[in-house]
Amino acid sequence: MKCGGLEASDLGTVDAVVLTEAASEDVDDGAGGCIALVPEEPEDMWHAYNLIAKGDVVTASTVRKVQTESSTGSSTSNRVRTTLTIRVETIDFDTQACVLRLKGRNIVENQYVKMGAYHTLDLELNRKFTLQKILWDSVALERVELACDPAASADVAAVVMQEGLAHVCLITPSMTLVRSKIDVNIPRKRKGFVQQHEKGLNKFYEAVMQGILRHIDFNIVKCVILASPGFVKDQFFDYMMQQAIKTDNKLLIENKSKFLLVKASSGFKHSLKEVLQEPAVIAKISDTKAASEVKLLESFYTMLQLEPAKAFYGKKHVEKANEAMAIETLMISDKLFRCQDILKRKEYVGLVDSARENGSDVRIFSSMHVSGEQLDQLTGIAAVLRFPMPELEDSDDENDIDSD
Amino acid sequence: MARHRNVRNRNYSDEYDYDDVYGHSVEEDSCMSPSDADQWLYDRSRNQQAMSNFLDSHNDIQEETEEQTAAAHRSLERRESMDLRGLNLSEDDEIKLMSCLDELRNVLGDTIPENILVQSVLKHRFNYDKALDEILNNKAKEDKNVPVVPLPPVIIEPIKAPVIATIDTPKVITTKIEPNKAAVIKGFRIGDETPKSCPQTPRDQSPAKRDRTPSRADQEDKVFTKVKENKTDPNTQYNIERGSDKDHLYIVVIGHVDAGKSTLMGRLLCELGEVSQRTLHKYEQESKKIGKQSFMYAWVLDETGEERVRGITMDVGRAQFETKTKKVIILDAPGHADFIPNMITGAGQADVALLVVDATRGEFESGFDLGGQTREHALLVRSLGVNQLAVAVNKLDTSNWSQERFNEITKKLKAFLKQAGFKDSDVTFVPCSGLTGENLVKAPTEAELLSWYSGPCLLDVIDKFNVPQRPVSKPLRMSINDIFKGTGSGFCVAGRIENGVLNKGDKVLVCPSKEMAEVRSLSINDLTSNSAFAGDQVSVTLSGVEMQNVAVGFILSDPIQQVPVTTRFEARLVVFNVKVPITKGFPVLIHHQSLVESANIVKLKALLNKSTGEVMKKKPRCLGNNSVAVVEIEASKPICIERYKDVKELGRVMLRVAGVTIAAGLVTDIINI
Repeated sequence: MKCGGLEASDLGTVDAVVLTEAASEDVDDGAGGCIALVPEEPEDMWHAYNLIAKGDVVTASTVRKVQTESSTGSSTSNRVRTTLTIRVETIDFDTQACVLRLKGRNIVENQYVKMGAYHTLDLELNRKFTLQKILWDSVALERVELACDPAASADVAAVVMQEGLAHVCLITPSMTLVRSKIDVNIPRKRKGFVQQHEKGLNKFYEAVMQGILRHIDFNIVKCVILASPGFVKDQFFDYMMQQAIKTDNKLLIENKSKFLLVKASSGFKHSLKEVLQEPAVIAKISDTKAASEVKLLESFYTMLQLEPAKAFYGKKHVEKANEAMAIETLMISDKLFRCQDILKRKEYVGLVDSARENGSDVRIFSSMHVSGEQLDQLTGIAAVLRFPMPELEDSDDENDIDSD
Repeated sequence: MARHRNVRNRNYSDEYDYDDVYGHSVEEDSCMSPSDADQWLYDRSRNQQAMSNFLDSHNDIQEETEEQTAAAHRSLERRESMDLRGLNLSEDDEIKLMSCLDELRNVLGDTIPENILVQSVLKHRFNYDKALDEILNNKAKEDKNVPVVPLPPVIIEPIKAPVIATIDTPKVITTKIEPNKAAVIKGFRIGDETPKSCPQTPRDQSPAKRDRTPSRADQEDKVFTKVKENKTDPNTQYNIERGSDKDHLYIVVIGHVDAGKSTLMGRLLCELGEVSQRTLHKYEQESKKIGKQSFMYAWVLDETGEERVRGITMDVGRAQFETKTKKVIILDAPGHADFIPNMITGAGQADVALLVVDATRGEFESGFDLGGQTREHALLVRSLGVNQLAVAVNKLDTSNWSQERFNEITKKLKAFLKQAGFKDSDVTFVPCSGLTGENLVKAPTEAELLSWYSGPCLLDVIDKFNVPQRPVSKPLRMSINDIFKGTGSGFCVAGRIENGVLNKGDKVLVCPSKEMAEVRSLSINDLTSNSAFAGDQVSVTLSGVEMQNVAVGFILSDPIQQVPVTTRFEARLVVFNVKVPITKGFPVLIHHQSLVESANIVKLKALLNKSTGEVMKKKPRCLGNNSVAVVEIEASKPICIERYKDVKELGRVMLRVAGVTIAAGLVTDIINI
């Protein structure tokens, strides 16, 4: 088995360690090799999820239940920690717990596990694993670089709410995680029953406050955005501070300055998009990928409105535009690179590479952000062009059925 | 013990003599809830005020027919009750008046209503002694009349009963009337249908108002008949129950923020005597305290502390009154852009709409031109199926009742409303002023307005609305817009019955969770009832389901002919003015009745020609401004939805993004997954 090496990226959030020096110094696309990675925070799991594809070989330390039969015939089973190497068949990612689970057959026999036996690896934080690919393409390499970026990622928490509905979200550079969803029925105001409305409201605020306390780590989060239509956010903030003083909650009182109140149109998750466009928020979280992605997608839509011949989506259109070297900005969702079909992935990687060659700006959207979710729905690929291509618009009668 | 046994074994029909019946009715009253009982209890300040008012017009009563008395008396009372602003006093005078009043109260206590005090003070040019003198003299006169006082109220019966003319000893008369009523006038549900509109008029508090007894007996009769009726045609049932009543009309009040919607409605209710003098006085004092006196009428509808402090309506306020031919329930929608979801909920329940615009120069323009809610609200109610509209050109007093201004506004609005799809004949324009009460219930008195306006007042316009046909014979559909704990066991859901009939004891299916529940009790506008029909706003006490498992936006459905539940459906959209075009995958909020759910447009199927409906382009890339298209929408959770052709109300959806309504749609097909 060939083991092409990779140059060591500097040790950042994910440590990439070269196992073997490569025969060729420069790793071109298409070279195989293995790379050791140490995930240090939950977000790295997400990167790993995007990196590992079906057919890759992963070596990691794991716990396996081993049955031993003694000479007398009685069998005992005990758990042993061992290092296994598997060829990945299925990949599962739990977004809530940020756990990556890889299932596959063992390809390196050791004293406990036979060749070809199935094993499921749970990748753990702060434990090294080695990933071996037959082919490291540009997108994968970029992902490694991104993961190793030492720039301290600024986490932002956001609570979008409306009367009776709230989402407590955590926004990291490449993920938006809904930590808690609060859905409480608040009776409407009615003659003589105003108290019920107010009681329901207080119950709701209490639940949101508990959600914040439980899910937001004020040591990591540098800003908490409270967003809502109308006065819900102000009322809630008042309520929370009052409660904090009443119960002498130091945590909330000390972090009062971290709260940022902005307007949103509803309490549903996708109104985060509006929140991330607020100038006040952008100023606070300038380095977060989420905000720039929202902005890009917005500019795509504006272009579609103003000059429809300069904005296209769907693989076929974008490919044609790329052939004409017309793409100014290419937006592509990372979901497309996770697809199981290796050939398809190759096509997308090829598209990205050639677009880069043609001097276009390529942005890979995280499908965990609200903007990425929307791009996913919009076939996962979209482009803003340098010059109008009206002929594309006319030729689309029979295609555009690729994704649903 | 012996006496008790007597009672138990008594043959009622034999012993049904006058005294017993009278006693019976007393007993009935005494087992009322404390709040009800409150109305019958003697409350010094209330009663005195009402009583003395009554005395003033006492002599007229016997000469007039009952209905007229009621009207005349009520309006008289209202007019007498003056608020200080109405007197146009200078500040100095107002202060003098206040101090005189304080002095007078020291002497008289609360025995004399304030309006009388004010009148006499004004009469004697703030001379405290003279005023006091006059009041005391008057009082002495009244006292002589006192023996007569308890009698007259009894005379007035809401129903025409020829006996009345010959009354001498009212006690006997009442007893005669009551059994008559119970026996003769069946289906006359006074107790249920007459709202206790003005609990302060003397006749409401008088013992003669005891028609509750017969109406209860009446209801019991109905329960028996109902069991049989259930199996019969709902239309017949509807006719039997509602044929004799006034039609119910639900009207939503819409318009830009601060157009004066709540104030206009509050004032209208006050003028009609639906708000008690005492409450109004309280609001006046309280609003003055926080320096927002102009909000005193709005407080009639804005009840939560939050709304009052901020001076805006946040949730739909409700109130009711009666016109000559209709029973009107108003839904006062919030005008603020942030509360449009609430406004949609309100508008979804309405039959007709009242658009309020602020005529003040600059205000109308800012509310009407882009960014204002006047347009969005009008478009929304139109898309929600409201086709009759009255436009109240409010605050016209600020431009001195100028005809020019009125015409300018009407011209602009007419053009827009026509474009929005309202027929010219279905839109009426009325000049008025909510704060001064001009042209609301009575023909105008302002000379400037009279010089050019001869049309109807607001109340007449409301009276002239057509009540839409109620689809009572279709299978039951009721959309839930509120869930709350009732007073008794179980919990209540409130909402509007879109289709069909709902009876007490019915089994209903709560959708989309598909749980069976039983209707324990029903109440329409806070009055319990045994059945409710399409178009009614009801609150229903349910049993058999958990309160947590029911959410706003759920549908109560007929268990056999169920409402379809799906996540994916096809709709024909009309796209409004949008900033960015709608593409595939566009995340939207769908508003469907009171349900708000996030959804995605998953497929753009075809772009249609606006006027002909022909397919212009299949699978368009995007939908621009003012286009019409067929799309597929997928909601994030299963929702109850109907094809527009089956149930109109449940076949309409609104799509909103970032606080702006981007499109309205009609459900053309439901896609089963």
